[in-house]
Amino acid sequence: MNSQRKIKVLKLYEERCNGCFECMKACSMIHFKSKEGGEKSAIKIKKVKGRYIMNVCDQRGLCIDMCPVGALKRKKNGIVWLDKNICIGCQACVGFCPINAMRKSKERIEPFKCISCGACIRACPEKALEFVEKDSEDIKQIVYHKQGV
Amino acid sequence: MVDGQIQIQNYNTGNSKNNWDLNKIKLKHKTICEYEYAKKDIQKGYANRTLYVNLSNGIIKEKKVTEEMKKLFTGGRGFGLKLLWDSIKPNTRWDSDENELIITTGPLCGVTQYPGSGKSLCLTISPSTDIICDSNVGGFFGPYLKFAGFDAIEIQGKAKEDVIIIIDGEKGKISIETAPLEETNSHMISEQLTQMYASENNDESKQKISIVSAGKGAENSYWGCLNFSFYDIRRKYPRLKQAGRGGLGSVLRNKKIKAILTKVEKFDGVSNNPADAETLAKVGTKLHREIRDLDRYQCNMRAVGTVHLVEIMDDYDLLPTENYRFGSFPKASKLYSPNFYKLFTKIIPDGCWHGCTMACAKTVDCFTVMTGPYKGEKVTVDGPEYETVGCGSNMSIWDPLWILEFNFYCDTYGLDTISTGTAIAFYMEMYEYGILNKKRCDGLELCFGNAEAVLEFMHRIARGEKSDFIAIASKGIRRVKDWLIKNKWGDTHIIEECGMESKGLEYSEYVTKESLAMQGGYGLTLKGPQHDEAWLIFMDMVNNAIPTFKDKAEALHYFPMWRTWFGLNGLCKLPWNDVEPRNNAEIDDPSKVPEHVQNYVDYQNAVTGWDVNKEELILQSERCYNWQRAMNVWLGRGRRKDDWIPYRSMGPVTVMEYISRKDRYDKNLIEKIGISDEKIEKMETEEKIKIIYDFRKDQYQKLSDAVYYRRGWTPNGVPTPEKMKKLGLKDTKMLKMLQDKIVKDEKAGLNNWGGNYKNKNEKPNNGIKYW
Repeated sequence: MNSQRKIKVLKLYEERCNGCFECMKACSMIHFKSKEGGEKSAIKIKKVKGRYIMNVCDQRGLCIDMCPVGALKRKKNGIVWLDKNICIGCQACVGFCPINAMRKSKERIEPFKCISCGACIRACPEKALEFVEKDSEDIKQIVYHKQGV
Repeated sequence: MVDGQIQIQNYNTGNSKNNWDLNKIKLKHKTICEYEYAKKDIQKGYANRTLYVNLSNGIIKEKKVTEEMKKLFTGGRGFGLKLLWDSIKPNTRWDSDENELIITTGPLCGVTQYPGSGKSLCLTISPSTDIICDSNVGGFFGPYLKFAGFDAIEIQGKAKEDVIIIIDGEKGKISIETAPLEETNSHMISEQLTQMYASENNDESKQKISIVSAGKGAENSYWGCLNFSFYDIRRKYPRLKQAGRGGLGSVLRNKKIKAILTKVEKFDGVSNNPADAETLAKVGTKLHREIRDLDRYQCNMRAVGTVHLVEIMDDYDLLPTENYRFGSFPKASKLYSPNFYKLFTKIIPDGCWHGCTMACAKTVDCFTVMTGPYKGEKVTVDGPEYETVGCGSNMSIWDPLWILEFNFYCDTYGLDTISTGTAIAFYMEMYEYGILNKKRCDGLELCFGNAEAVLEFMHRIARGEKSDFIAIASKGIRRVKDWLIKNKWGDTHIIEECGMESKGLEYSEYVTKESLAMQGGYGLTLKGPQHDEAWLIFMDMVNNAIPTFKDKAEALHYFPMWRTWFGLNGLCKLPWNDVEPRNNAEIDDPSKVPEHVQNYVDYQNAVTGWDVNKEELILQSERCYNWQRAMNVWLGRGRRKDDWIPYRSMGPVTVMEYISRKDRYDKNLIEKIGISDEKIEKMETEEKIKIIYDFRKDQYQKLSDAVYYRRGWTPNGVPTPEKMKKLGLKDTKMLKMLQDKIVKDEKAGLNNWGGNYKNKNEKPNNGIKYW
């Protein structure tokens, strides 16, 4: 096991979000060099019952144990990283993510995910996004048998 | 809670390490012949060529895959049948020079997005049955063979000394090299060759190699299986999956092949160049999510693999114990899945091909071997699967550790666990009756439950001992039956009806006595009694969903065709119905799992760019299924007499069996046969056994009649030229052969229905046009 450490995870202040989706556009710029946002963004903002909610990877890393080729790793800073040069596009991580935060775009077969780069935070005109630090051990509190092991 | 997220490099199986001087071993290789080929991309699932290797004369060549071939045979097993038809003769036997060992892939093979898409299909003329045997297997070989450039490899002829065949997709080169110093047993040679041929000494390179091998047991028996390797980056070890049935490994070793190795330069999620990768990813992800959400409430495959079946089979009186005499046993709970779950290594993606999240390929790491040449070593055991555990109960071995031991040696010796286990169970029953004894068994005390004797028997096979018993017993039940009868050591009826083989192949591990449809599912098959054509026990026996002969015949048409389809495409059957959509039970035809059938329609279209529907999937299978049956006819079998099954699979052979389920059989006499309560009270058990025997044998003949009729075959079980033409199969040599065989059957008076019909209207319509 990795020793305990702090990991940067995104947090949305829902009351500040105005639904401009600048964060998603900034994100797709990082991953696909495109301002499209939408399915090319790892962070997803959705309007539900009149308010905006966010869906994004919380770096818990359950997908690491799903990857048959070892393309998913936890980096030194605690972020879960998908190496698309190793990935063979099986979508196991996409299908098994318990919060559906592993993304797949039509652009390419390999999925992608939030890498806590902060581009969305910088792009947000309302300062609705920020990083919070979480303990690696806390986010790993996952009931493993739910994944069938 | 089990720890997850261990860095890959930190995984440790705890196994014993092997130290070989691989340079010295490799220096002894002599290149016999080489062939260079142009590397090409896969197009919509097809490499569009197959590879032909002749070991007798060193010819290596490419064969083109035509559009016509794709249309008629689809791929996979279909291609294998076509290649065999073009290469062998009607009198070809397993050890003939012209017999071929074929490994094929299929257009969907190698897809990573949809679970269960990495199967290879292996075909040959089987030593056990003298007809075509097909066996499917996981591991990386099939996908890599295709990505290296070939839809199939066919190997003809025999080498003079032990060789390895190398298909190097990196360099675009095929070579045949002698390999005198390599180990033969699979767990060793797979590791040796993986290390020897990896481009670099790292996991990434090792994962790009797959090896087919068969051990010393395959060399000295008819039960040889093929071991297909798949390198596990966490365990740092090439794991093994088996093409078990029908003696494929025996053919491999008879050709003096120590291993076939394939290596790819690179591959990714779209190496198949599918027509529509987006749909593929969508359909695949949908199934991944279904498995994520439902598997733990359904089959629990991700946790325990197929072993979850043990408790279910025991509950329904279907788990074979003591050579299928019983279907459940008081000690069976010792083999229930929780006992194996404790032993399995957890939190590893256990798919035998990338992206299979059903992950049924469970493994026990760091198992200490208890007997034989590897005694004391710590090894990885791949499995056990349900069938192997079923062999344990069949031999009355109730200790999970001995089942692991049996599993490990079967695999590394290249012995099919099913054939080996079923056959030994029969020998044990004969031992109990005194038909076999210690002397006749060459000093082995083969009584039920004697695991040490079982292992000793296997070690002696692997050592190639030539005593009468080892030489004959290693060829399987059929040869032992003949041997026992010839020596007049026991009652012919007992010997014939207790030995669980049909067509010469041993049964797999289900008790079928109370399900007529499943008796057909084992007997009315192409290669022999294997459950991969149809598994109808619950439909038939528990749910009573197919009560009439016509219903059963329809099921014995649809399901064998449907299940054949997986083999044409390089797919595994398990993700079809070992996880089912949440609402499956509420819709029409739940046993077909209609939503998943639609997945496969979308899947095949997405890869190939075709526009087929679900009816056409069945048609693809029907062509190949009939072709294979026709080839069996051509090889001199494939008739009603060859679809004979032993009575042990239909009902009680012995008094003990009857008494053990007396209420059931008495009820059967009253309800099905119409004998009165009072009369039954006065009858001797032997008398009751005889009445049920006659009744059930006749039921099976009536079932055969209905099935042959449904399939468009003659009353003797031969596909008619008319049927073949309807399917678009117009090969004139084939049609002429079938016509000749049917005329011959007609002259011999064999074109008659087999059932004893009191009412003539019950008979299938006889107005069939044969041609």
